[in-house]
Amino acid sequence: MLRDGVAYFSSLKPVLLWTDALVFMLVAVIAAFAVYARGKEYLRAPWRKVFASRGGMVAAVVIAVYAAVALLDSVHFREPLENKGAEGETFYTVEVISLLDLALGPLRDQVEKTYSAPFATHLYAKETVELPDGSSARIFPRLQYGGAHLEDPLRDKAGDILYRSLSGAGAGLLWWVVLSGVFVWGMARRAGEPFRATLRKVLSGETAIPWHAMLYTAGFFLVLTGMIASLAGYYHIFGTDKVGQDVLYQAIKSVRTALVIGTLTTLVMLPFALLFGLMAGYLRGWVDDLIQYLYTTLNSIPGILLIASAILMLQVYIDTHPDLFETDAARADMRLLFLCIILGVTSWTGLCRLLRGETMKMRAAEFVQAASAFGVRHSRIMSRHLLPNVMHIVLITVVLDFSGLVLAEAVLSYVGVGVDPSMNSWGNMINGARLEMARDPMVWWSLLAAFVFMFVLVLAANLFSDAVRDAFDPRTHSK
Amino acid sequence: MSEILLSVRGLSTHFLTQGGVVRAVDDVSFDIRRGETFALLGESGCGKSMTSLSIMRLVPEPAGRIVAGEIHLDGQNLMDLPEAGMRRIRGNRIAMIFQEPMTSLNPVLTIGEQIAETVRQHRRLDGAAARGVVLDLLDAVGIPDPRQRYGEYPHQLSGGMKQRVMIAIALAGEPDLLIADEPTTALDVTIQAQVLALLGDLQKQTGMAVLLITHDLGVVAGMADSVAVMYAGQIIERAGKEAFFRDPRHPYSRKLFDSLPDVGKRGHQLAVIHGAVPSLAREFKGCRFAERCDEAWDLCHEQAPRWYDQEGGRQVRCHLLDPTLAARRPASHAAPRDGTGQAQPCREHGQAPLLEVENIKVHFPIRKGLLKRTVGHVYAVDGVNLSIARGRTVALVGESGCGKTTIGKAILQLIRPSAGSVRFEGDELTRLRGEALRRRRSDFQIIFQDPFSSMNPRMMIDEIIQEGMVALGIEKDAAARRSRVEELLDHVGLPREARHRYPHEFSGGQRQRICIARTLAVRPKLIVCDEPTSALDISVQAQILNLLKQLQNELGLSYLFITHNLSVVGYLADEVAVMYLGRVVEYGTVQEVLEQPRHPYTQALLSAIPVIDQTTRREVIRLEGDLPSPSSPPSGCHFHTRCPHAMPVCSQRYPQSTALSDTHRAHCFLYGDEE
Amino acid sequence: MLAYIARRLLYAIPILIGVNLITFMLFFIVNTPDDMARMHLGMKHVTPQAIEKWKAERGYDKPLLYNGEEEGLTALTETIFFEKSLRLFVFDFGLSDDGRDIGHDIYQRMWPSLAIAVPVLVFGLLTNITVAMLLAFFRATYIDVAGVIALVALMSISSLFYIIGGQFVIGKLLHLVPISGYDSGMNALKFIVLPVLVALLYGIGSGGRWYRTIFLEEIGKDYVRTARAKGLSERLVLFRHVLKNAMIPILTGVVVLLPLLFMGSLILESFFGIPGLGSYVIDAIQAQDFAIVRSMVFVGSVLYIIGLILTDISYTLVDPRIRLS
Repeated sequence: MLRDGVAYFSSLKPVLLWTDALVFMLVAVIAAFAVYARGKEYLRAPWRKVFASRGGMVAAVVIAVYAAVALLDSVHFREPLENKGAEGETFYTVEVISLLDLALGPLRDQVEKTYSAPFATHLYAKETVELPDGSSARIFPRLQYGGAHLEDPLRDKAGDILYRSLSGAGAGLLWWVVLSGVFVWGMARRAGEPFRATLRKVLSGETAIPWHAMLYTAGFFLVLTGMIASLAGYYHIFGTDKVGQDVLYQAIKSVRTALVIGTLTTLVMLPFALLFGLMAGYLRGWVDDLIQYLYTTLNSIPGILLIASAILMLQVYIDTHPDLFETDAARADMRLLFLCIILGVTSWTGLCRLLRGETMKMRAAEFVQAASAFGVRHSRIMSRHLLPNVMHIVLITVVLDFSGLVLAEAVLSYVGVGVDPSMNSWGNMINGARLEMARDPMVWWSLLAAFVFMFVLVLAANLFSDAVRDAFDPRTHSK
Repeated sequence: MSEILLSVRGLSTHFLTQGGVVRAVDDVSFDIRRGETFALLGESGCGKSMTSLSIMRLVPEPAGRIVAGEIHLDGQNLMDLPEAGMRRIRGNRIAMIFQEPMTSLNPVLTIGEQIAETVRQHRRLDGAAARGVVLDLLDAVGIPDPRQRYGEYPHQLSGGMKQRVMIAIALAGEPDLLIADEPTTALDVTIQAQVLALLGDLQKQTGMAVLLITHDLGVVAGMADSVAVMYAGQIIERAGKEAFFRDPRHPYSRKLFDSLPDVGKRGHQLAVIHGAVPSLAREFKGCRFAERCDEAWDLCHEQAPRWYDQEGGRQVRCHLLDPTLAARRPASHAAPRDGTGQAQPCREHGQAPLLEVENIKVHFPIRKGLLKRTVGHVYAVDGVNLSIARGRTVALVGESGCGKTTIGKAILQLIRPSAGSVRFEGDELTRLRGEALRRRRSDFQIIFQDPFSSMNPRMMIDEIIQEGMVALGIEKDAAARRSRVEELLDHVGLPREARHRYPHEFSGGQRQRICIARTLAVRPKLIVCDEPTSALDISVQAQILNLLKQLQNELGLSYLFITHNLSVVGYLADEVAVMYLGRVVEYGTVQEVLEQPRHPYTQALLSAIPVIDQTTRREVIRLEGDLPSPSSPPSGCHFHTRCPHAMPVCSQRYPQSTALSDTHRAHCFLYGDEE
Repeated sequence: MLAYIARRLLYAIPILIGVNLITFMLFFIVNTPDDMARMHLGMKHVTPQAIEKWKAERGYDKPLLYNGEEEGLTALTETIFFEKSLRLFVFDFGLSDDGRDIGHDIYQRMWPSLAIAVPVLVFGLLTNITVAMLLAFFRATYIDVAGVIALVALMSISSLFYIIGGQFVIGKLLHLVPISGYDSGMNALKFIVLPVLVALLYGIGSGGRWYRTIFLEEIGKDYVRTARAKGLSERLVLFRHVLKNAMIPILTGVVVLLPLLFMGSLILESFFGIPGLGSYVIDAIQAQDFAIVRSMVFVGSVLYIIGLILTDISYTLVDPRIRLS
């Protein structure tokens, strides 16, 4: 079994998409920062405040779950084809899949013919079926996978769903108890306390970090995962879409798109905003005039029009140069990356202006003057004195922008200038479902799935950014 | 009606902060009699402002809360009143003015409207009647042309005028008690004199009582009838003013007097109170002052002293005043820990000037229009001559906005002068550029006013002190630099472990020591000290002044000491330059300028300083009006608009320098005009 | 004042030139007119003749920047840059790629956009200020906490769901108003109500929360303490002192948006079938009509710059501390 696994994985051809590389770079940057911050009290103190906030940490767990999904979905590869080439060389599928696709196995494969409602056993559209007696009738045919194991869906479905949810929930709960137990045991060992004492402290919320709230949140997700895992192989929990694909699968696959847009956009724009903002505020003079001109000009173009123009132009470019990309995934990925860049260009100006203002204020601060009196060079004043003192603004902006960007993706995809139509995204899901609004009875489940997944992520991001802002914004602690 | 107007009993106000509960006010009791001025004296953070807000029940909730105590106004306990009832007290029976007149007025309402609001609220007057009252009030607080001012906004008034408006608001309800929370701390000394005089006059007219909250012993001496000294959330001494100034009893009160710098203490070390005010977030067991007290013994650390009644109704909270306890005090504690009064003769150094500043000008252009044409200038510094000899201290004195800080920065070439010359050891600094200037920077350094903003909060002390050495290549070797940092920390009296900590972990005084160490690291010959002690409490100020003096004696440093505090000048400086609106109006040795001031401005400045010893008090020369704008200085002598001796010629041309002695010069037509 | 406005308008010229250059580069350098023709006519089987014909019909057959075949000044004017980009400066938008007069379209479609955008702005301002004032009045109580959580939840929902939800509940379930469409004159009212309501609800989350922080910031200031020390009631303190100061950032924040109201709301108009400029843009994007997109970019920039100028002027009107210089 293990050997099979190893053999399977070694047969794959890894694919590194541009956004994958950037995502992993981002993870590396965050990890490096965490290591760096450990030694710096002034960095640790505000983070401690974030860690102590209950709402913020519950939100952090939620975000972590989404991030884990997105990371799994960022390891891409292509499977080998059965038939080898003439000289024994291996060909690979055109389809690029990820670790997440492997994990979601049945969700990806179990494709129905067309729409079906959540937990349905029959299609949503009537079809002309040839009956065994040779006559034909227009009926709702049984689904190929959803509830296919039931003999009499009308009789068995409710009980089966209940049974499977409960057993799944039970399994999730068991996992939770075991994992939390290991976690608390680890904490107890580090603190050198008996297990019970630590457990009591964690459960009563006496720890500095609100572990109990975080554990309960993690528990909620584990139970949910357990239920989904035990149901997903037998039902389409969120139904299927027009081409019969599982909506839950689409919603989960969309997580990566949202997170990539939410994080890479700021990552892409950050170096420019920092460099230009600091230079404009510190050097003043013609540098300031030029940078101000630059961002006023960019800012004066209505954001959505700039994005629309740029994306349209990119699309024309891609369409007229089809040979540039090996796979569809690579093409869609390029469009995603470009969307991040152009979104970054439009949101760059706000941060740059903030940084410029703050730098101008700080330029007059006495510690900067003292450094000038020592003949410290401009480059060092900017990097050592100004940069560390504006980083909190950067952080607040980054977390604050995240949720706005996730929401923006949906709107842009709706307008038609978002991610590639072939890419899974909540915006594309909504866009697809919108066309079915007029249908009676309505096809609502794609909307519901997109709504739930988006709402949870954006709400968590908003709560987390509140916690970060409370901790880092000097204005909030003055009172 | 009883004689007591306000009686505070067992007042405790707590604050919930990140660091735990701060007991800002802890069991405070005092009485204020009708018509008297009661001064609450204390250093920053001792809880005196919070006491006043508690009386008004304006403690910012929910973080702050009055947890215990009674406040009786004419026998009525204010703590029992509902919020609506308390509103009838505020502004009506008890009024309050605050420290910052700049921010305490609503920027978008006219001043007339802001005063009228109180009139309407408490006197039930409306329309024309209210307007009449407001105009009378504006007149009463000495605001010229009330009709015109009625419709103006706060930003159109100067700081002193704004504080007058605040006083008018306070008077609008005809209060029985006026709480004045550091009413003149944000104002210049000549304006302070105006406002204090106004408060005194108004009190005489209306017979209201005043609760004066201040850190300034001079203000207390000039204004108060009785005094309460606050320390770390508690009152530790209560006395009539005369008795208190004749003979302060609590060791803390005594030390406050001793640590004040003045001319009489020249050549001596100032007495200091060690350490800093303790954090109020912790629990106290013994006397709160014990840690910093020279006379404390074991008992002081273990048991909090009770009140000891003294003659004349005065009370002191100190074990020393209990004869039985004091008798048991171990003898070894009798000697003070520091060398108060140790005479250290000032070393005389060579008279060759280290720094010569000639006719230096700093004009900031005011730019307007499409092409940023220069339409005018702010004449921040307008032709100043100075020279500083090795090992000497020249003080630059003046009110805010007179350009004294700009001169300091212009000498260091942090601001490039528009004209004039700055020669340092014969080298013309204004002509040095780039690398050549950078190499000279180690010779002249600067210490700033605010020790909180003069160090990068993101850097460790080690890096802060090393920065100059690295930038100027003083010590190339890292190990040598490290040992030099330790040496410097020793020198300024900080533990070596301080190297690995961040600025926020230190108190104001300690930070200022670090700043001094940082400048010393590059072995400067001249240090520009820009108000280095004005952000510090009196007890800490003395520590820094002593250190500066000691360093000068040991290292032969020269100081350009920029300050508005004339008593510091008297203690530290050799020569004084008095500035008014970008120009030096009088220059001479400390004795000459402080004892025989000749220029009317210097005379007014000196007379305006509140002094402790009321017998030596000069007749206050009250200056009318405010400092004119440096972008359009008055014609002729800049001071003629406010000068009591102004003559026709004064408005026509600027007086040339008149030599009054070899070392004493003044720019004034009263003493002739040598051309 | 007039001199100030004139000066600011002069400052706007280099910015508009910049905008023009950016759009020119985007639309004509990244992709040549040939590329666009090829895309419009379909990728495959395009003859060079068809491309030339498509370009000639739309005036894209000239050189980009310099026309070597012409003499003198016309060498510069007979170019795409002059015809398509510089003409925008005199608000000559030319024809769209499918041959309609863009200037006329913009003028026609402006009014429906305003019919939606103006009520949204006015009522939005009122509701958001009311919500924020209430929360500020009950600050640091459970009402405040619950209110803030509700606002955060409201702002965590995508605008698309407000529209879909609104159409579903009010239009489809309750049949109160038509789901989409537009009519002229007073008949438009029944089409306007729903989009305005939806936009209001969507705006409360972020708007209410933002205004609340502005109010709280003002409440922390010293002059509020002075007002309380006068014995004024909390109501007077909030309405007379805090509100008046808080209105400065609120109003000036709104003024910059005023000119952009003409641009309408993209999604709202497209969902509700309002023939405004918002849906004009969306249609143009979906039809890949670059001439319209280009014109709208320019119009948007002009309006934004007017907004900036109006903001500065409004500061002097509401804030006595600021005088134009």
